[in-house]
Amino acid sequence: MKRWISFILLTLILAFPLLAFAEETASISSGDTAWMIVATALVLFMTIPGLSLFYGGLVRTKNVLSIFVQCFAITCLITILWVIYGYSVAFDTTGMQEGVFNFHSLFGGFGKAFLSGVGVDSVSGTIPETVFLIFQMTFAIITPALMVGAFAERMKFSAVMAFVAIWFTFSYLPLCHMAWAGDGALFANWGVLDFAGGTVVHINAGIAALVACIVVGKRKGYGKTAMLPHNVPFVLIGASMLWVGWFGFNAGSELASDGTAGMAMLVTQIATAMAAISWTVMEWIRSGKPTAVGIATGAVAGLVAITPASGTAGPMGALLIGAASGTLCYFASTLLKRVLGYDDSLDVFGVHAVGGIVGATLTGLCAAAFMGGAGINAVSVGAQIWAQVKSIVVTIVWSGSVSFVALKVIDMVIGIRASEKDEEKGLDISQHEETGYTM
Amino acid sequence: MKMVSAIIKHVKLDEVRDSLNKLGLHGMTAIEVKGFGRQKGHMEVYRGVEYEVKFLPKVKIEVAVTDEKLDEVVNSILESAKTGEIGDGKIFVYNLQDVIRIRTGERGEKAI
Repeated sequence: MKRWISFILLTLILAFPLLAFAEETASISSGDTAWMIVATALVLFMTIPGLSLFYGGLVRTKNVLSIFVQCFAITCLITILWVIYGYSVAFDTTGMQEGVFNFHSLFGGFGKAFLSGVGVDSVSGTIPETVFLIFQMTFAIITPALMVGAFAERMKFSAVMAFVAIWFTFSYLPLCHMAWAGDGALFANWGVLDFAGGTVVHINAGIAALVACIVVGKRKGYGKTAMLPHNVPFVLIGASMLWVGWFGFNAGSELASDGTAGMAMLVTQIATAMAAISWTVMEWIRSGKPTAVGIATGAVAGLVAITPASGTAGPMGALLIGAASGTLCYFASTLLKRVLGYDDSLDVFGVHAVGGIVGATLTGLCAAAFMGGAGINAVSVGAQIWAQVKSIVVTIVWSGSVSFVALKVIDMVIGIRASEKDEEKGLDISQHEETGYTM
Repeated sequence: MKMVSAIIKHVKLDEVRDSLNKLGLHGMTAIEVKGFGRQKGHMEVYRGVEYEVKFLPKVKIEVAVTDEKLDEVVNSILESAKTGEIGDGKIFVYNLQDVIRIRTGERGEKAI
């Protein structure tokens, strides 16, 4: 009798911790959650005020506020649109099947509209769904904010907001879905590797920026008057905030606190440093002096290019990606721009589109084991690079088309460009009736 | 009465002020200006393109003086503002019709 009692007691004592543990295994990792909450804050910080300062310092004094207000307003607008329908269209998985191409390979459904079904206890992987959705929201915020650099100093505030709303809906959301909604999504079907958004964020915004700066037209006096940055310290401060925040962007895209996140952080650092050095060296050789604006922009080019590769590249790959992006983005922002004559005020195409294309392509190569990568999806490096190229082409065509149509429609309804007088006065006064500096 | 207006290099401002103080001058106005004479501007590079910045920063000082003190003041400025290189600046002398002290209402040489 005693033996039986002892046996039962012993079993209960041993089983007890298992019983308690079972409540936790199906749900949340507090380590992952803590990291993702921080990563979310870091990515938001990249937009406000990182990007605002980076771009704000590059424009002329009379337009500094317009940059800050546009970035801030985009943050607010996208937040609301994301919770109403954005999250759903991007990440709802109804109707998606692995390897199958259908409408839901491009667009999510409205199952999660108004965050239906998302509550305090909802889980996404090992983190609360609330954290996942707000992390993704910060990506949806910064992507349109990147575009403002291309049409800076001449586009009406109302038109910017209208363009951002339409473009977010018809270009950001589907491309986000295609890349990250999981099995059945177009890029997933193709085995594309895009860890943190080379296509979704950078090529998407960069191509839209090119289309926009051409449709909106050049700034008055472009080519004849010097339009130099009014506050270069701002530019450097902004670039530094982008660099630090990008750890949240790339390492956070692992959605967990683990070795891949650590490696993502490391390759981000390496690529960025290498790109900054490459740009600076090219500039030193071709223009005679290394500039502050140059080294900052070079760093951003590296950050852009490593974005899609951050989950799969190793340090060696990061060096290659940094060197390639620093050099090619330098030429795109100087030589190419001057030769083709478009007024991409803050080089959004030169840095984000070109950097994104370089990075997304090299992701295919750098994921390979012989490059120190984490491994490719396809049967060969060639096939992987082909998958990457397909995703790049889709992004370019989709983003370019949506942007063109959206701008033309907005132009017909409210007009996209500030009047000549307003442009001369400066957007701060003409759009916001405020001055940036009263000292 | 005369108004002596001088465009000088920034680095010389303190020297000029000190030398005028030694002459007993009690007031001076200084403003930051941009300008050029025969001095060339400097080059800046942005996105691979070189731009010449022609307008150079200078300081303009103004002092009101009595006719008797004019030569002294001009010579003092000449000595203290000179570096010997292009870009040292120029001195302009204007006739001054009247000077009024706001606090007391005094006019003329008393107000200088």
